[in-house]
Amino acid sequence: MSELTLKTITELREGFRAGDFSAREIAEAFNAAVAAGRPLNAFTVETPELALAAAEAADSDRTTGALKPLSGIPLGIKDLFATEGVDSTSGSNILKGFKPTYESTVSGKLKAAGSGMLGKLNMDEFAMGSSNETSAYGPVISPWKRNDGGNVALTPGGSSGGSAAALAAGLAPGVTGTDTGGSIRQPAAFTGICGIKPTYGRCSRWGIVAFASSLDQAGPMARTVRDCAIMLEVMAGFDPKDATSLNLPVPQWEAGLTGDLRGKKVGIPREYRIDGVPDEINAIWDRGIEWLKDAGAEVVQISLPHTKYALPTYYIIAPAEASSNLARYDGVRYGLREMGVKSLDDMYAATRAAGFGAEVKRRIMIGTYVLSAGFYDAYFTKAQKVRTLIKQDFAQAFEQCDLILTPTAPSAAFGLQEKLADPLAMYLNDVFAVPASLAGLPAMSVPGGLDGQGLPLGIHLIGRELDEQGVLNAGLAIEERAGFNHRPKRWW
Amino acid sequence: MSVNEDQVRHVARLARLALGDDEIDRMVPELNNILGWVEQLGEVDTDGVDPLTAVIDNKLRLRDDVVDDGDVRDDILKNAPDAQHGFFAVPKVIE
Repeated sequence: MSELTLKTITELREGFRAGDFSAREIAEAFNAAVAAGRPLNAFTVETPELALAAAEAADSDRTTGALKPLSGIPLGIKDLFATEGVDSTSGSNILKGFKPTYESTVSGKLKAAGSGMLGKLNMDEFAMGSSNETSAYGPVISPWKRNDGGNVALTPGGSSGGSAAALAAGLAPGVTGTDTGGSIRQPAAFTGICGIKPTYGRCSRWGIVAFASSLDQAGPMARTVRDCAIMLEVMAGFDPKDATSLNLPVPQWEAGLTGDLRGKKVGIPREYRIDGVPDEINAIWDRGIEWLKDAGAEVVQISLPHTKYALPTYYIIAPAEASSNLARYDGVRYGLREMGVKSLDDMYAATRAAGFGAEVKRRIMIGTYVLSAGFYDAYFTKAQKVRTLIKQDFAQAFEQCDLILTPTAPSAAFGLQEKLADPLAMYLNDVFAVPASLAGLPAMSVPGGLDGQGLPLGIHLIGRELDEQGVLNAGLAIEERAGFNHRPKRWW
Repeated sequence: MSVNEDQVRHVARLARLALGDDEIDRMVPELNNILGWVEQLGEVDTDGVDPLTAVIDNKLRLRDDVVDDGDVRDDILKNAPDAQHGFFAVPKVIE
């Protein structure tokens, strides 16, 4: 592995600008790492030519002094983003071969900022999963192994599992993810990297394949908090093409970074100490508390009384929205078409049966049921009412504190197949991540340390709406103290 | 509330999913398991609580009623499984 692929976005930006190496050298190093990393199954499409083309433009811009914020930086893009002329399939057979004639707003902004694309990243089908095992391309294999001498293939988490694995393995210095109920934060925790889901509405959803539109948010995943700030500044911003895009200026998060938390109050929600969570998860949480105290923050106990209802609320609302959003896959306008049937109606049903995987079908069925006549109020309206209470919990908590600190996930990475047969066990992965999603709040996972098996554990920070800066700063305070510099040992 | 095989077939029909008998058989207990779990929301007192409509307050915008794009027929048809004469083609719907 080349030295260049060990560097952060910040280091690559500095070295490129200082003339220590060229953008072409960076792109070639990462293109080679992507090719060598194929056993991880992290990419669905490799686009070395696009990474090189952007690098050549960056090298020529450097000679004229016309550098852009991400000049010289190659990135991986989650397959959920529509990318012009490059297969964009959301990890689904129903979109096999779909080549958008347009670019999503977020990936377009990254492109316009000078970055190149290394390829598209594998993911759970339509972002529905927490282990990347629902992908039509097969699961991503985590670059991490347990330290027990065994060779069990572990999940990188999901749904942004390809993103997390590519980053942790050094196949890309930064990647995009999307987070509907933890899909940036849980894989970040499982693979020892940073990832932030901004406030709902910060990043345009235009051109991102819709899963649950009231929850979906794009965000960056990178090795450091600073790298996340750099990427998020480019990704965020008002977009008239998304009706829920916030018309607000994008703060200068990178310039605003400070690990000094004096005067800040950090809330510790008592409901997040739940039964059955390994001691090591609570231990890393306690270390996080000490680190934030050390950074000058005052720690206060808070209560989020409706926490236990967040997951069941989510598993009504998200499938309901998904069943509606996924109605568009009908075999008429794009993607798969299954023929051999007589009527148009049969073609829809045959196409959808052939194109969707088991988890997606399950969620469409749940969503269709909870929205159907006679059940709508009992399930969907009820869930939206509980969602109001969950949002109020956070509003009340933020009267007593500026930030909330929790673990990211209730376990370290687990083995492939371990939870696949039990949907509810899989859903529990996001028990700590989902409440912030339901409330639209910015939230981030940063690495806290390794557990006894040698696997990364994440620390989770939740902020007030629009306070990405507070979240990033607390993340930086933890990063400075955790000293997490572990990388998976290369086996691929 | 729980669902039986007939209801699952009905929902599959609403969702336009041609599920095989084995898939239906598998799905009945799976859906009941999930529905049984989400029903714990019944414990929460939501009297007088409004359902959430917008997670972050945001003004709905109106744009000027002018055409600002278009002329992209070929782009739109480019990924069609079957495009004919500038249209999406589907199986015959009128005998």
